[in-house]
Amino acid sequence: MVAYYHAMVTNDDQVFKALADASRRKLLDRLRRKGGLSLAEMCEKHDMSRQAVTKHLALLEAANLVVTKKQGREKLHYLNPVPIHEIYMRWIGKFEQGRVAALHNLKQALQENDDDQ
Amino acid sequence: MTNDFIYTTYIKSTPEKVWQALTNPEFTRQYWGHDNISDWEKGSEWKHSTVDGKDIRIAGKILESTPPKRLVITWASPANKADESQVAFDISTAENMVRLDVVHSKLSAEMARGVSGGWPRVLSSLKSFLETGKALDTWAGHDRKCA
Repeated sequence: MVAYYHAMVTNDDQVFKALADASRRKLLDRLRRKGGLSLAEMCEKHDMSRQAVTKHLALLEAANLVVTKKQGREKLHYLNPVPIHEIYMRWIGKFEQGRVAALHNLKQALQENDDDQ
Repeated sequence: MTNDFIYTTYIKSTPEKVWQALTNPEFTRQYWGHDNISDWEKGSEWKHSTVDGKDIRIAGKILESTPPKRLVITWASPANKADESQVAFDISTAENMVRLDVVHSKLSAEMARGVSGGWPRVLSSLKSFLETGKALDTWAGHDRKCA
């Protein structure tokens, strides 16, 4: 139990490592669109094996980017954006936020059909 | 419920301090920007109001209160009481850290939009406040409709 919790305690290295993989970012994108997905639902529409998805989700959970809730026999997955927000607050000072947001909005407006909206 | 939001953060603190930080307006005004006011007994009312007390932004009832472990409250804007959601705070220990889980459930689409950007800000600021004594500029660049 102790070792398990040790792995759960998040730090920046774990967050960056977890994000440094396109498959894991895809899983996070899915959870951003819709939270509360079971493992089976997470595996849908992916060319990843169930085993690979399980492994990626464990890494994301260890980085505290995904949190799970038990519902009956199923484990539901949710995106937890708090560690990303902490990184954001660390490097983007309050005076820059307005400008960064303006650039972000401009980029979004120019890429209207981007799947990432 | 697919509209649930779950936020988790690990804080170098104690469950008692995290509980205080959530329920004492002297603290909430520092990292959240508003006062959380209640006696935090089951069945009581609570309100989230501006520091001058003039504007109640969010209000509700205490559904469960087990200090310093679990607090469950209802959450609605006084302008639209029918749109009521529920927030559960679970405080547990993980080695020398405290794990705080915030589950915001029974959300309408409108309230979900309003709170989705807010909680990460509040929780990051709470963490900073408890660990360093300094809150973040929680609401910089945010229009702050719902909290």
